[in-house]
This record gives sequence, C-alpha cells and structure tokens, in this order.
Amino acid sequence: MMYQGIRISGFGGQGVISAGILLAQAGLLEGKNVSWFPAYGAEMRGGTANCSVVIASDEVSSPVVSRPDTVIVMNEPSLAKFEPLVKPGGLLIINSSLVKSQPTRKDIRVVAVACNKIAEEVGTTKIANMVALGAFAGATGAVSVDGIAKALPKVFKRAKPEMLQMNVTALKMGAAAAK
Amino acid sequence: MGEKILMKGNEALAEGAIRAGCRFFSGYPITPQNEVPEYMSWRLPDEGGTFIQAESEVAAINMIYGAAATGIRAMTSSSSPGISLKQEGISYCAGADLPFFYANVVRGGPGLGNIAAAQGDYNQSVRGGGHGDYRVIVMAPNSVDEMGNFPKLCFELAEKYRMPAMVLADGILGQMMEPIEFKFERVDPAKLPAKDWALGNSAGRAKRVVKSYDLREGELEKINLRRMAAYRKIEQDEVRFEAKNCEGADLVVVAYGTSSRIAAGAIKLARDKGLKVGLFRPITLWPFPKKQLAGLAGKAKKLLVVEMSMGQFVDDVRLAVNGAIAVDLYARPAGIPSAEEVMAEIEKACQGIKAAPAATAAAPKQRGRPKGSKNKKTKAKRTVRKRAARKQAKRGRKGGRR
Repeated sequence: MMYQGIRISGFGGQGVISAGILLAQAGLLEGKNVSWFPAYGAEMRGGTANCSVVIASDEVSSPVVSRPDTVIVMNEPSLAKFEPLVKPGGLLIINSSLVKSQPTRKDIRVVAVACNKIAEEVGTTKIANMVALGAFAGATGAVSVDGIAKALPKVFKRAKPEMLQMNVTALKMGAAAAK
Repeated sequence: MGEKILMKGNEALAEGAIRAGCRFFSGYPITPQNEVPEYMSWRLPDEGGTFIQAESEVAAINMIYGAAATGIRAMTSSSSPGISLKQEGISYCAGADLPFFYANVVRGGPGLGNIAAAQGDYNQSVRGGGHGDYRVIVMAPNSVDEMGNFPKLCFELAEKYRMPAMVLADGILGQMMEPIEFKFERVDPAKLPAKDWALGNSAGRAKRVVKSYDLREGELEKINLRRMAAYRKIEQDEVRFEAKNCEGADLVVVAYGTSSRIAAGAIKLARDKGLKVGLFRPITLWPFPKKQLAGLAGKAKKLLVVEMSMGQFVDDVRLAVNGAIAVDLYARPAGIPSAEEVMAEIEKACQGIKAAPAATAAAPKQRGRPKGSKNKKTKAKRTVRKRAARKQAKRGRKGGRR
C-alpha cells in the first residue's frame, strides 16, 4: 500500500498552489488516487500560501494533510511553520536559494535544492516550483518526472510549448539535484 | 461520461448542474463557494443559459422563484450565512411547490464564523430551514465525484415531487480537487417533459397560478396534507445510504459528508488493528435512513457518531435507533478531525463495549430517558452511573430528597 501526504508552502506567487495541482494531476495520470486541498484563507501575492496533496494507492480519506510524509518549503517562514509537522522518518525538501535557516529535526531526511538558482539557469525563477517538484519525484519516486511532464499541458492548457519545455527541463534538473 | 478529470468540488458541482440541464443561476459571492458562481458566469452563457450576480442573497433566491416558476432548471448556491438569508425565499418556493436546486457549501458558524469547513447547518437543512411546515430533499456528497453527480439527482427528485432539493457540502468538499467522472449523459433541457403547472405564454390554455398563499377556509391545510403525503412517500422511496463492513461489526461509525471520509480512513486504521468497525453513511439526510440505522441495533453493539458540529446529526441517529443501541458522539464544532483522532475515539468506544458486554445486551429497555449530557460517556461509565442513580432513587423514595 502506497501513501504520500504532501504539504507545499511558500510565498504567494511562487506557484505552490499550481505545483500541488500538477502533482495531483501527475498522480492521477499514473493511476493513483489523489486529492488536492488549498489553504484558502486570506492568502495574497507576497503572503504565504500552502496546499495539501495526497497520492495513494487506496482511497483518500482526509484531503487535509496534518502529518505530511513530505514537506516542500519554498521560503523562509514556511520552514518554521511546517518542519514540525513532518512525520518522523519523513522528507523535508528545502529551497536553499531562499531558506537560509537550517532545519533542526534529526529524525527526518532533509534534501536542500537551490530551486531559484537552478530555475534561473534554465531561464526564469518563475519555474523554481518545477525544480522543487522534480526534486520530490527524484527523492520519493511517488510520481515520475515523466508523469509530471505529461501532466503539464493538462494543467497549463494555454501555456506555450517553449514554456512547457523549460518546465520539463527544470523538473529534470530538480530530480538530478535531489539524488 | 468518460475519462476521469481533476476538478475542484465547487466547479464539479457547477458543471454537474449544467450537464443536468440547469440554465439559470443567480447568486451572491461568499467564501468558500465562490467558484460556483464564477464557473457559472462563463460557462452558462456558452450553453444559452443565464447567469445573474444578484444584488443580495434575498434577490438571488427570489429570482430563483421566478425562474423555477417557468419550469426551467434553476439553481443557486451559497455558504452558511448566505443560505440563512435565502431561507425566506426557500420557504416560499416550498410553499409554491416549485422545484429547484441549491447548494450550501457550509463554513464555520454561527454568525460570520470562519471560512473553514464545518457541518453546523445540519439542523437548518434537514428541518426545513425557513418558516412554515415543509421539507427539502438533502443530499450529502463526500467526494468531488458526488459533488458533480448529485445535482442531476437533485433536479430529478425536485421535479418528481415539486419541491426544493439541495446539496449539503462544506468548505473542504468545495475547495478540494479530486478526480471525477460524470456518470450521466448530458441533459438537453429542450427534451425534458413539459410541466403542466409551469408559467409562460397562456394563449390557448387555462390560466395557471404559482403561489404560496391561500386564504380560503381550510384550503391551506388540505394543501399541506397533500404535501405531507408526498413527504411520507419520499421517506419510503428515496432514502440513499452507504454501509461498509457493517455486517459482523461490533462498532459502526455513523457520519456524513467530509466526516464520513475521514471516518473511513480511521476505520481502516482500526480494522488493521483487528477492531471490528463498520461505516454507515447517510447519503440523503432528508429523507433520513431511519429503518436502515434501526436495523443495525440487533447486530452491532454500539454506534459512534462523528460530526463537525456540536451534536445535531446525532439527534437523528438517536431518533432512528430509538434507544435500542448505545450511541456515542465525537463532536468537532468548526473543527476538522484527523483520521488518527477519530481512530482514538473508535478505540475508546470499543473499550466501552468490552468492559460492559452484559449491560449492552440488557441496554434497550433501560435506555428510555437519557439525561442531558450523558451522551459522550462510554458505555461502561454510563452503566456505573445508572446503577448509582438507581441506588440514589431508592434512597430517595425511602428517605426523602434534599
């Protein structure tokens, strides 16, 4: 039985919400049960935003992930908020381009990836979220980079092909950085 | 029909309604249901329908009254405070025997409350909600898939019995995304049978009147009795529920909507530990699956109600089993339990069963006069208390009470 509860958190505008949707879509394409649930309070651009994603072989019970197997932290405030929630033995992916503090937990696996820096090398920091998703795929295998790539045009229906290609490159580089 | 697509609950609800033939929507924004009117605003015109953002909830529901009176499939949606504002109009529609569909994507309350998921509007939904003597059909989805597929059922039931029908959802079901498959053919409104009561061009036929008002001596009661008979028939014929692993279960968890899917996760954990636990989920909250719940009494040893409210839903469960089986309550008013928390309650309830097996068998006759706040107590504690109470009562009879 496979179950991955994921929390993705960062600044509004970093694409944490759409990264979550993409992850759920990828899981769906790979035949898994999935759910996605956003924090829909007073979120705004520049504030913090987060979402829950579940990818599982069984039916998803609660879409609200309170004890995540994996947390993806895209900015500094998210580390303090979400590090304590990770399940013991779980995974914490940190965007080390923006998160300067060190995680304190010793009972979890930490993968630091310079998402912004890598994204900039690919072409734009806008796709730092894709680097993080690539890192997630590389570190967990819960979904494949290929699966996320296939999900891209389903989620971003009006995206230009060259933009999609950059996203795929970012995914691959993220996966490589996590290994 | 066809492939599974990833969709938000609110959007699935709106798309489901359109595919079911809805061609009129009026509403007023409120979180967490805003995606419904947003989706309707661009999607309905494509289908030749009408979307109106009204100036208020009161205006929106009265537009529904007008639209429904012409026989068109009309819908409105809102969240808790907005639904309260619409209750007068819903009562008028019920009084005028108008079929329409509405959804309440419930948020925390009372008052403005918060915008998180809750189940505090249970009583308002299943007891009518507005003034006067009436019912509405209440369907409680627990997935995005059901959010998308229930609007069609609601329209059909509403038209069959000429009354309002609603979906009772919550912030989680509205906001979450999940795969959905629309399991029905698109309804072409032009091909729906003509309604012999609907208003419109009256040339060449007798005039028709749609109203919720009758001042003739004794007439209103006749109308209400006719309506009552229809309600009885609905209670006979239209009950829907889901029972999972209830056969041979010691404990059956009873929950609806979001609570039921969280409970399902908890039950999985419990069964992995060897506990015999089942799930009973009413899908229609009115009509309520009374008989089916009562049927659990001889089989399971106890029921555990899980609801995201103080204890509204549990009242209907207790009425249904009528004292024949112990009913525990795990109440989370404006809180969202985790599967682990529900699991802890399941374990607690199961311990109660083991601790007092004899008392459980003798329970039905004793449990006639529940006293106030005993509900949350486990079976064992309740039995001990009862014994003490009986002793005290004896003493009271002999020695007088101070």
